[in-house]
Amino acid sequence: MRSKLILRLVALFFALAALPASAALNVFASVPEWAALAKEIGGDKVNAFSATNALQDPHRIEAKPSLIARARNSQLVVATGAELEIGWLPMVLRESGNAAIQPGQPGYLEAASVVRLREVPARLDRADGDVHASGNPHIQTDPRIILKVADALAARLTLVDPANAEAYKANLARFSERWKVAMARWELAAAPLRGTPVWVQHRSFPYMADWLGLKELGALEPKAGVEPGSAHLAGILERQKATPAKMILRPVYTRSTASDWLGERAHIPVVVLPFTVGGTPEAGDLFGLFDDTIRRLLAGLR
Amino acid sequence: MRELRESYEQRIQALEKRLADTESQASQAASSAVEAQATADSVARRPAAESTFNPAVSLIIDSKFTRQQRDPSAYRIDGFVPSGGEVGPPKKGFSLGESELAFSANVDHLFRGNARFSLAEDDGAGVVEVEEVNVETLAMPAGIKLKAGRFLSGVGYINQQHPHEWDFSDAPLAYKAFFGYRLQNDGVQLRWVAPTDLFMEFGTEVAAGDKYPGAERKANGAGVWTAFAHVGGDIGDSSAWQLGLSHVRANPRERGFEDNGISNSFSGSSQTWIADFVYKWAPNGNSRERYLKVQGEYLQRRESGELNYNLNADGVAEASSAARFRQSGSYLQAVYQFMPRWRLGVRGDWLRSGTADLGTLDPAGLPILAGYNPTRQTAMVDWSPSEFSRLRLQLARDKSRNGESDNQVWLQYIMSLGAHGAHKF
Repeated sequence: MRSKLILRLVALFFALAALPASAALNVFASVPEWAALAKEIGGDKVNAFSATNALQDPHRIEAKPSLIARARNSQLVVATGAELEIGWLPMVLRESGNAAIQPGQPGYLEAASVVRLREVPARLDRADGDVHASGNPHIQTDPRIILKVADALAARLTLVDPANAEAYKANLARFSERWKVAMARWELAAAPLRGTPVWVQHRSFPYMADWLGLKELGALEPKAGVEPGSAHLAGILERQKATPAKMILRPVYTRSTASDWLGERAHIPVVVLPFTVGGTPEAGDLFGLFDDTIRRLLAGLR
Repeated sequence: MRELRESYEQRIQALEKRLADTESQASQAASSAVEAQATADSVARRPAAESTFNPAVSLIIDSKFTRQQRDPSAYRIDGFVPSGGEVGPPKKGFSLGESELAFSANVDHLFRGNARFSLAEDDGAGVVEVEEVNVETLAMPAGIKLKAGRFLSGVGYINQQHPHEWDFSDAPLAYKAFFGYRLQNDGVQLRWVAPTDLFMEFGTEVAAGDKYPGAERKANGAGVWTAFAHVGGDIGDSSAWQLGLSHVRANPRERGFEDNGISNSFSGSSQTWIADFVYKWAPNGNSRERYLKVQGEYLQRRESGELNYNLNADGVAEASSAARFRQSGSYLQAVYQFMPRWRLGVRGDWLRSGTADLGTLDPAGLPILAGYNPTRQTAMVDWSPSEFSRLRLQLARDKSRNGESDNQVWLQYIMSLGAHGAHKF
């Protein structure tokens, strides 16, 4: 009697655990922007899952059991690449035992592979902090790059799931059209930002700076991933007197101490940017992300 | 002059040819990349060279300075048969510690190879130990993975972690007493991850079992079998957990141990159960600022067989008897990162020597098996300026020896050079 009950409970447990699996293509995105993009291109044909949220530092994620389980069930992994996820994604993929999503397979796409990366270090030395050998991986801050990745993602979805090729093609066309219209709107609105000198907390925004013509004077972090000390900040304050910046940009997941300290003393605003989808309540999708980013930048200018 | 000119011309031609070859190789590489990416405008950034395929190499250097009340060379865990592993603390004062040298790379489209060696010094002589050398499969269907070679067993939680990943300078007492600090297998491992949203992993291993709790074997076949299961998941964005249950079964033959200068041996069956859990919390899952990690494991072992007392040089025992042991051990530890780069940790260790039924043997001849429940309390603080370096201060009161409390102070650094692969959860 009791063993029968246990058996039933075990069966129920397995049934519940297996329940969410459905016919749609499971896309495992390393960061929220690619999950959002997969939703745009995949529509109802895909289940997009983001391994991280906007309040997490994408460099410092752990190979959690939940991520291994998701990777096991996925048909496509979309990562940023350029070593952004090097501390956890390779482990998640290997542990999952899912052969279809290993690097080199059609089920593994790196967004950075379709982008010419900026800030490729001239020398590779850990004394320079958390350097990325292939260049700066924070590519999602430029909408022109989003468009390129959208093309690559649609092609890859078609490769992995040819049955829905038409849907992906149509969704991509619709997305590209809307995106180009939105880009024109953002560029028009952001015209006053051109040439604005800024400090950045972490080198998170070179692609956005390039797109909007912002002038990055430097980063508060003395070395990538290293929190600035007071002497370093005092040095930046000196430089601020000689070449004044208009604002300090900080992605929402970083610590506020350093940028607040500098903002207070230099009397310039600290602009906290969503950085990715979900970083602020307004940045609910990719369009919202850039709407909110531009709005916050313009508010910082005033 | 003419000779010189000719030789220069030849060299220029050779260089031109090499340049043309390189260009064509680069364009070939670029075109295949384009094919692979479908819509790629990336360029082949790396020139083709033999060294491109070097495996990822990582070197961990680890050094310690300790202050101990008792002599570490006489270290023992009372109430337990000595496990024969490196269970004692390092020598007093400065010690070199163990450096780990690791290599890993995909062998081809089917296999990945891992190798890890530890380099140490013992009595002035250099010692290289093979920690791990194995291949694992990359392309098995249905979530199955096979591993073969020498590997750290998948049982328990801390067993698969390398010493540099530990949150304390040394292993839990329970692992020291039950596995000689960790269960290392020469054999094969089969693992399967279930296709469910809840993480479920099942695995089994068959291995030589030459080391404790097994014993050196001369027979065909395997000497140790394990089975393990892990489940895990998230609670909201901030918490992650994992639970595990594992079983280790070994049939040691003439597993020797010394007690008070007398050689003894045990033959029989050894069965260990391990229950483990780990819970991690970080605000919004962002472990950069603060995080908490709590882990604990409970181990229980039953052994029954024949105990041979006082073996002479020919291996003949003075007395033999059927014997039974039922022993258990556990540890519970918590590590809290209270600000970026700084962590505090506490750990408690408890062992129960339980009931030792020595049959007709005189317990007075086997003093190490006299009933005793060793304990240890440990506290540590560490500072990690980056992901690649860590400095640690650890204080411990170790009551592994009956009636002798050992207060220990450890200073340790762990540095990691070169490619550093991702850690397990």
